[in-house]
Amino acid sequence: MKIGLFIPCFMNELYPEACVSTLNVLKNLDLDVDYPLNQTCCGQAMANSGCSNEVKDLAHRFVDIFKEYDYIVAPTGSCVTMVKDHYAPFFNDDPAYNKVKNSIYEICEFLHDVIQVKEFNVSFKHKVGLHNSCHAHRALNLATPSELNINYNSKLKNLLGMVKGLELVTLQREDECCGFGGTFSVTEPDISTAMGKDRISDHINSGAEIMTGVDMSCLMHMEGLINRDNKPIKVMHITQILAGEGE
Amino acid sequence: MSNHPQEAAKFVANDERMHWHDKALWFVREKRDLASKSIPEWEELRSVASEIKTHTLSKLDYYLEEFEKNATQKGITVHWAKDALEHNEIVYSLLEKNKVSKIVKSKSMLTEECHLNPYLEERNIEVIDTDLGERIVQLRNEPPSHIVLPAIHLKKSEVSETFVEKLGTEKGNDDPTYLTRAARASLREDFLDAGAGLTGVNFAIAQTGGVVVCTNEGNADMGASLPKLHIASMGIEKIIPKLEHLGVFTRLLAKSATGQPITSYTTHFHAPVVDGEMHIVIVDNQRTPFLASKDYNKALACIRCGACMNTCPVYRRSGGHSYGYVIPGPIGSTLGNFKDPKANKTLPFACTLCGSCTNVCPVKIDLDTQLYTHRQDLGAQGLLSKQKTISMKITAKLMQHPKLFDFFGKTIRKLVPMLPKSIVYSKYNIWGQTRDLPKMPKNSFKELYKQGLKDEL
Ligand code: SF4
Repeated sequence: MKIGLFIPCFMNELYPEACVSTLNVLKNLDLDVDYPLNQTCCGQAMANSGCSNEVKDLAHRFVDIFKEYDYIVAPTGSCVTMVKDHYAPFFNDDPAYNKVKNSIYEICEFLHDVIQVKEFNVSFKHKVGLHNSCHAHRALNLATPSELNINYNSKLKNLLGMVKGLELVTLQREDECCGFGGTFSVTEPDISTAMGKDRISDHINSGAEIMTGVDMSCLMHMEGLINRDNKPIKVMHITQILAGEGE
Repeated sequence: MSNHPQEAAKFVANDERMHWHDKALWFVREKRDLASKSIPEWEELRSVASEIKTHTLSKLDYYLEEFEKNATQKGITVHWAKDALEHNEIVYSLLEKNKVSKIVKSKSMLTEECHLNPYLEERNIEVIDTDLGERIVQLRNEPPSHIVLPAIHLKKSEVSETFVEKLGTEKGNDDPTYLTRAARASLREDFLDAGAGLTGVNFAIAQTGGVVVCTNEGNADMGASLPKLHIASMGIEKIIPKLEHLGVFTRLLAKSATGQPITSYTTHFHAPVVDGEMHIVIVDNQRTPFLASKDYNKALACIRCGACMNTCPVYRRSGGHSYGYVIPGPIGSTLGNFKDPKANKTLPFACTLCGSCTNVCPVKIDLDTQLYTHRQDLGAQGLLSKQKTISMKITAKLMQHPKLFDFFGKTIRKLVPMLPKSIVYSKYNIWGQTRDLPKMPKNSFKELYKQGLKDEL
């Protein structure tokens, strides 16, 4: 099984440690991972801004780079959603795209559903709040959204439950959006900030020392607010915990 | 012309009020969750409701004619209005013919959409909104800020001040029961004086030719029963085929709206009152173009429960007035942008695409997908700001050249830590107004990977 690792563009530049953790989680499971060096960006920010015309070439690049892999794994829910849900208009039922679309996974989804991990040999003795980022949550169904009346399951909580010593706190609002929203963060800065602050307060009030999640973009937004206001909480990408690197 | 970011900023500026508004609506959302989870077949009900609506909208002409035929047989007069003006003219001519100078009106977003109140007031007809929330905003000369809870943006102290001035209540008394009683006493007089009652329509049943109106205050019932003239206004999309379909919607509506099992009053109107007249005005007003649109036609299925507003994290923190369109929140953003993209182009962007609205919608309207699609349409129509399109174009080009992108990323990482704070956090850095930038790492992941991570694999 050959895995192609996709790293979101901003994460590559700004959060290399979380990227290394992503790689290590896969490596610790003895998986055959390759990181294609000519990758750049999935085009999500442009598409969400209404400029999907600009994305066509990027979408084709993406598919060309990743089409040969058995699985494409990425430490992000939102870029994966972009590829799965919003690339179709750029491909005329193209078999290469269809293959990519069906073989791309957010890393936790991959660990949970494909590898079916039963244990991680790591510990993390902290109180942790899980931020369910919206695309991972509602588009990729990593957990049951609070709006729906179906049996509850959370793949992320299942995985975090395998980490020794980790205590998950209960938030007031399990899956409220943090207000990042890509360019929303700068086109609606006031609402974005208000939402982010509320999300942080919910974590702090619930006793979390660490806020984690699968999308570094949401966490970057909240980290920015936390650092500006000197709030007593830190953010970590979920793979940093699963790789046992936070302790 | 809507300018959501600007209006939202004003609402957020009052932190205490913004949080109070957010909590009040979140409370309603939580009640909705409890109510929906009290029914095991909830998700199935939503699917059935969605299918009934899709079917009906696909044969709307057929059902509208069936409805007209059956309503006429019941002694109800049916009128057709192609737009807001025609609707208002029809209503006015009926009032004129019956020499009516005062009307009582229950909640109807359609009459808001048609600006009926000012139209009639200019013609010397007094209009009294009888839903308590609507009455409050009417007395304050404001539009409703929510389709189910029109005065949700107001605190009880503000309502009290308005009532002191307009209804002569005691100064400083903001006891909700006291205020409600005062409104009721004054409305009683209005009901008795009025020459006609106007209502909206929640559901019009093609098979029976009757209409159903759902309220919690019974005000529509009073208004439609006391005066001899009842005029009901409805959009073409309110039709459902059969009586047996109604239960699907009444079970969903109140639970989605407020978490109640059912609205306190669910009234079926099937004929005029004795010695009276009943008229139904069926309005298009730019609804038919939705039917032809494969991307947006589901928006016509809306039963106006307001759940998408209550759950929307942006709506809760920006208030209904920030949208500048008659219907706020996710559904208003898609309706408004479809009808007039130029005027409402900020609305599809007043959204993080979190998708919660789509999940609560009792008729499964694909709200977040529609808002995403609107953004692309705005881009294609050239309605996005130059600054945005140019910066996105440049970014997209950059991303096609990995070496250039690497160089660019590296430059930023090196440069930012060397620059003085005043430059990094200048007013042009919108991100940085409230947020610190991430700490710029020495190496990118790609650099680390090239430097040897690869060998360890
Ligand atoms: S779009 Fe759906 S959730 Fe929103 S008001 Fe209409 S029916 Fe209710």
